Amino acid sequence: MAEPILEVRDLVKHFPLTQGVLLKKQIGAVKAVDGVSFDLLRGETLGIVGESGCGKSTLAKVLMNLERATSGQVLYKGEDISRLSGRALKAVRRNIQMVFQDPYTSLNPRMTVGDIIGEPFEIHPEVAPKGDRRRAVQDLLDVVGLNPEYINRYPHQFSGGQRQRIGIARGLALRPEVIIADEPVSALDVSVQAQVVNLLEKLQDEFELSYMFIAHDLSIVRHISDRVGVMYLGKMVEIGTDTQIYDHPTHPYTQALLSAVPVPDPEAREGRERIILQGDVPSPANPPSGCRFRTRCWKAQEKCAQEVPLLAVPQVLSGPAAHDSACHFAEEKDVVGAA
Amino acid sequence: MPELTKTPVETEVPETGALAAAEPVREKARSLWQDAWRDLRRNPVFIISGLLITFLVVIAIWPGLIASGDPGDCDLAHSLQGSAAGHPFGFDQQGCDVYTRTVFGARASITVGVLATLGSAVLGGVLGGLAGFFGGWWDTLLSRLADVFFGIPILLGGLVFLSLVGGSLWSVITFIVLLGWPQVARIARGAVVTVKQQDYVQAARALGAGSTRMMLRHVLPNAVAPVIVVSTIALGTYISLEATLSFLGVGLRPPTVSWGIDISSASSSFRNAPHMLLYPAGALSITVLAFILLGDAVRDALDPKLR
Repeated sequence: MAEPILEVRDLVKHFPLTQGVLLKKQIGAVKAVDGVSFDLLRGETLGIVGESGCGKSTLAKVLMNLERATSGQVLYKGEDISRLSGRALKAVRRNIQMVFQDPYTSLNPRMTVGDIIGEPFEIHPEVAPKGDRRRAVQDLLDVVGLNPEYINRYPHQFSGGQRQRIGIARGLALRPEVIIADEPVSALDVSVQAQVVNLLEKLQDEFELSYMFIAHDLSIVRHISDRVGVMYLGKMVEIGTDTQIYDHPTHPYTQALLSAVPVPDPEAREGRERIILQGDVPSPANPPSGCRFRTRCWKAQEKCAQEVPLLAVPQVLSGPAAHDSACHFAEEKDVVGAA
Repeated sequence: MPELTKTPVETEVPETGALAAAEPVREKARSLWQDAWRDLRRNPVFIISGLLITFLVVIAIWPGLIASGDPGDCDLAHSLQGSAAGHPFGFDQQGCDVYTRTVFGARASITVGVLATLGSAVLGGVLGGLAGFFGGWWDTLLSRLADVFFGIPILLGGLVFLSLVGGSLWSVITFIVLLGWPQVARIARGAVVTVKQQDYVQAARALGAGSTRMMLRHVLPNAVAPVIVVSTIALGTYISLEATLSFLGVGLRPPTVSWGIDISSASSSFRNAPHMLLYPAGALSITVLAFILLGDAVRDALDPKLR
């Protein structure tokens, strides 16, 4: 097993809710990320799935240090980077880069493509000497499959897929080891999604990148990920290899999520069970006690309201079902049907 | 295309293929400002407004170039008379030559207009921009301070301020800047707050960019357009505010010649001698129009989507 490059330990991000104009008083907090732990291994792709508002994007921002963690640690090669600032933080940023969700807002409309992709070199001049920068930018355009002659164009002259590749080229410029991709394809057309995902996979082989790939499209996550983590309301509820998660899910939320994946085969579709969850996701400002999923879970019992289930391998399970799952009543259930 | 061999995913056809296909690879890298300047040089609106402003500035500095007379050389015998040989714009109530006064009035009016606009744009733009960028208590403090200045009634404030410090050119400019900056500051703050939340600013932060770089490379070019528009429109207001203050007797006063003074004194006899009002007011309108067109052209040039 490869060594972890990024270790996340009990990461918490609460956004304070305040009242009052002049004298602000904290009256609560939105618990966007509430005690998340996982490892990102060198060279792997970790998919993070979960519905809107479960804290995926906040997790990415905290890992990138765009938001300060409320508590917990993010260890990059053993060093806690969540409290860094100034020069030390800038040095770490070279190794951890991000690809944004919306290619229409993540590129400065008033900068040429050459300036956008060249900006990392201006911020970190040691990466490419001044005379070589233009060449480096053109190489990057070539790597992501864009014509190097487009260097003087502006973002609005490109399509969504091309823009996302510009964003990827910018992320690659500093030769990072980790790329955090926050829903990099969800704003793109389905036909273009495949291109961008394939490009990401090609780049991973070429540059030995580790990806944290955030998405809500389960099929894309399965396609690209080595391991998958499932989030619900600020917590990681299940994490394992893609086979473990997709073919042997043990957490009821994962099972419900997977049962919603469209199946292209009408006959297989007939026979499978769909788990339809009742109600809405509770407010992250006031999450349920105990297990956060209990308000919508068909297995919920007294214990679920009192004890917070820990993310660990449930003792009752064995074989491929034996992976981390935060449920008191974890049991395997094949919901995809194809397996 | 050479990249086809390297990247199997390349399938998209560039949307604007015709536009760049002819550009050679070795072309020099350009920046937004260079592109904007290239664009401006070919824009007829920019050329016309630029020439007009140059002309106005030149006659403001050397009025003698196109007017040989003396604005103080008046003869009551000609009071309110229409145009005559050598006096194309006619005479005002005091019998002064309106043409000479209009030409000589450019200096005071353009100085007040341009300097007050620059002053309020820079002061308001910087303060409002910083408030929007850094937020927090600095933002609160500045926004409330702007509210206080907004609350000062223009005429009452002008009467008090200018009767205290005296109605010189500089005190009028200072007063207008003091009253004008909050409007620009609010616009600038709003624009900066909007831009600051954009993903590309976050992306620059993720790359390790410092505050200076983010402000100058990302926020400023994207937030400057509304400030330019508001400032150029305000220029006309400032010139007429100078006129109002002169009319009230606290602004510039004779023997200083300004369009404002002439417009206010002409308004009383507009029915029998409209030429007295039309010429200085026309000069004022052309000046304001020239600056608005210039501001528009610059704003458009800074927006790559409009090219």
